[in-house]
Amino acid sequence: MSATTYGWLILAFPLAGMTVNALGWKLIGGRTAGWIATAAIFGSFLSALGALADMLDHHEEERIFTDALFTYAETAGFKAELGILVDPLSLFMCLVVSGVSTLIHLYSVAYLESDEGYSRYFAYLNYFVFSMLLLVLAGNLLILIIGWAFVGAASYLLISFWYRRNTATAAGTKAFVINVLGDVGLVIGAFLLFSETGALDWAGVFEGSRDAFTTNDGTLVAACLMILVGAFAKSAQLPLHTWLADAMEGPTPVSALIHAATMVTAGVYLIARTHPLFEQAPAAADVAAIVGTATLLFAASVALVVTDLKRIIAYSTISQIGYMVLGVAVFAYGAGLFHLMTHAFFKALLFMGAGSIIGAMGGIQSIDRMGGFRRAMPFTFVTFTIGALALSGFPLLSGFFSKDEILAFTLNRGGWYVVLAVLAYVAAGVTAFYSFRMVFRVFFGEPVPEARELEGGHIAHHDPANPMTGEPEDTDVGFPGPEHHIAEREWPMKVAMGTLAALAIVGGAVAVPGLTDTLEKFLEPTFHESRHIEEHPSDAAEYMGLAVGALIGITGIFVAYLLYIRRPGRTLALRERFRGVHDFLERKWYWDELIDAAFVRPARAAGNAGRTVVESVLVQGVIVGGATGAVRAATSLARTLQSGYLRAYVLLLFAGAGLLTLYFLIAAS
Amino acid sequence: MDVAWFLVVSALIFCIGAAGVLTRRNPLVVLLCLELMLNAGNLALISFSRMHGSGDGQIFALIVMVIAACEVVVGLGLIVGMYRRRLPVDVDAMSELRG
Repeated sequence: MSATTYGWLILAFPLAGMTVNALGWKLIGGRTAGWIATAAIFGSFLSALGALADMLDHHEEERIFTDALFTYAETAGFKAELGILVDPLSLFMCLVVSGVSTLIHLYSVAYLESDEGYSRYFAYLNYFVFSMLLLVLAGNLLILIIGWAFVGAASYLLISFWYRRNTATAAGTKAFVINVLGDVGLVIGAFLLFSETGALDWAGVFEGSRDAFTTNDGTLVAACLMILVGAFAKSAQLPLHTWLADAMEGPTPVSALIHAATMVTAGVYLIARTHPLFEQAPAAADVAAIVGTATLLFAASVALVVTDLKRIIAYSTISQIGYMVLGVAVFAYGAGLFHLMTHAFFKALLFMGAGSIIGAMGGIQSIDRMGGFRRAMPFTFVTFTIGALALSGFPLLSGFFSKDEILAFTLNRGGWYVVLAVLAYVAAGVTAFYSFRMVFRVFFGEPVPEARELEGGHIAHHDPANPMTGEPEDTDVGFPGPEHHIAEREWPMKVAMGTLAALAIVGGAVAVPGLTDTLEKFLEPTFHESRHIEEHPSDAAEYMGLAVGALIGITGIFVAYLLYIRRPGRTLALRERFRGVHDFLERKWYWDELIDAAFVRPARAAGNAGRTVVESVLVQGVIVGGATGAVRAATSLARTLQSGYLRAYVLLLFAGAGLLTLYFLIAAS
Repeated sequence: MDVAWFLVVSALIFCIGAAGVLTRRNPLVVLLCLELMLNAGNLALISFSRMHGSGDGQIFALIVMVIAACEVVVGLGLIVGMYRRRLPVDVDAMSELRG
């Protein structure tokens, strides 16, 4: 089979899985729905491997395949077809997405077992993976936009999965609104590109833009900025990041899948995919680099003070995507995508560990209530620590190579990019600190009652409550259900976490500077026309960067050790001392308030004014009221004639007929 | 016989019918009177037809009879409907269309 046939299969499996689960939910009992969904995604993964095998059979220059299923519309100068593009970049994304998704599906099989909406959940999850793969494989801007919007819808469905929880539905709406904002940006960008280049498919757009635009052409920069709006909304970059932390209202595997491993990296993929445009409009790329750096600093600082376990990891995700955006924005595509892959491994792993801990805590998510789980949950402890080490950039783990690769490329650009790199190094230290803040506070210290209970072989239960507001809620909505599971006891969860932990350790091996360049070589056919492909930091510079990165990471971990293990309680004193800073960080730099004041409240005020002034006074009073008044006045005479008495009408009729007759008689004589 | 006699009878019947429609409140009687008026018209049509020696008027009268039959069906149906819904059988009571 050819690579494109495999490409269609990659899409077909999740679509089939979704259909079966969505339509057959009444017939499917027990864990069957979960297994069907997992098998579907695994089928996708195998198809991606098949495509990989086929692609590697071809010569390097012939590794870009396109295929179309049918044509939607074809007129002069416009052709819209359901087409896919299988090239090293899209295949790489397919492998990461379907591979990590398989493991997360496997984890969910056990994790959500006691949930009422088991089948619905897996239908949504398959739908999400289908949308994501459609986005990745899209052969033209049209299909990309379709996939892009599908992904937003899937994210909405999954965040609001526990739809009786008010905070969850609000978070889903927020995510959807911000994502649609991004969709609009992307659509405008696509329009600009189409009107200038007359093409929709990738090759045509790139070819056309090369002829139509000069470097930093105004229209091209505008189109790129619009594409960036889409990318930033999807990838939770400033100032469109606020939805991601709220999206933690969804089930934890959803946070792992959508809000850490796959969906949020779509923006990074988009920038990498449209790299010829950004190379022609370096001004837009610089905007992306600056926003990426600002985001990674901002999110890392917020992750220092947040106490909700899942939200710490969420802010860490925002921060790490900032690194990826920085990477692809300084034209270090290999490095950015490498970090995308390793991040998918260790961040999904961290979320799975968090799910396990929250399960053991009976649904409580605040790390203030956790502690001492090391002995109660050794497996979770080991895997979570591996994830945290990889995130911190501990030497030889995957995050170590990928993050420092990005920073080495940034430094290599010279000029003011050095400032960005230095800031990113600072944030790397912060990252190591907050990673181990989680580890030390959750697993070390005095065991909390829940941990003791677990050591005694029993899982803690609490009255079901909303983890954000503390309000009591139904048992059949929201985690944990009456029967919940944790990683220690369920083999599907253990397999998923173990595999990801192994990948988080060895994932860096595909791109060790000077030794292996598997990933870069593999991706080269997609980026071979890049003007910056030769700009590569020397091995010495890269090893220098690795050494600095390792030093910073270990320092961060050491500081966390000092503060949380050696001198517990010290952090409280620090918090008192820097009350203002702490509050500022805890309120997330007041972004929500800022957006509220800048957009939500004016919009609401405008709506209120519209309702009270325009609608009730102008429309109801003047236009509608005036029109009815005029008609009423004009017809008052006619209305008095309408007495409603049949006989009066008849009399009028006869009188009229009589008068007419009289008239004709007089006129005739 | 002179056609004037027929026309006098026709006018008489028409006026009786019109007076009935104007004065009676029972819809059944109103309907009856309407029939009278229609048939007065028929009589006039046939008289003129005979006067002119052409068959057109008679055809016209036949069509008027068909229309009258239809009208009776609808009218009686309405009256039966009023009975069924226990509405007062009084044309003055049905004055909802007052402006």
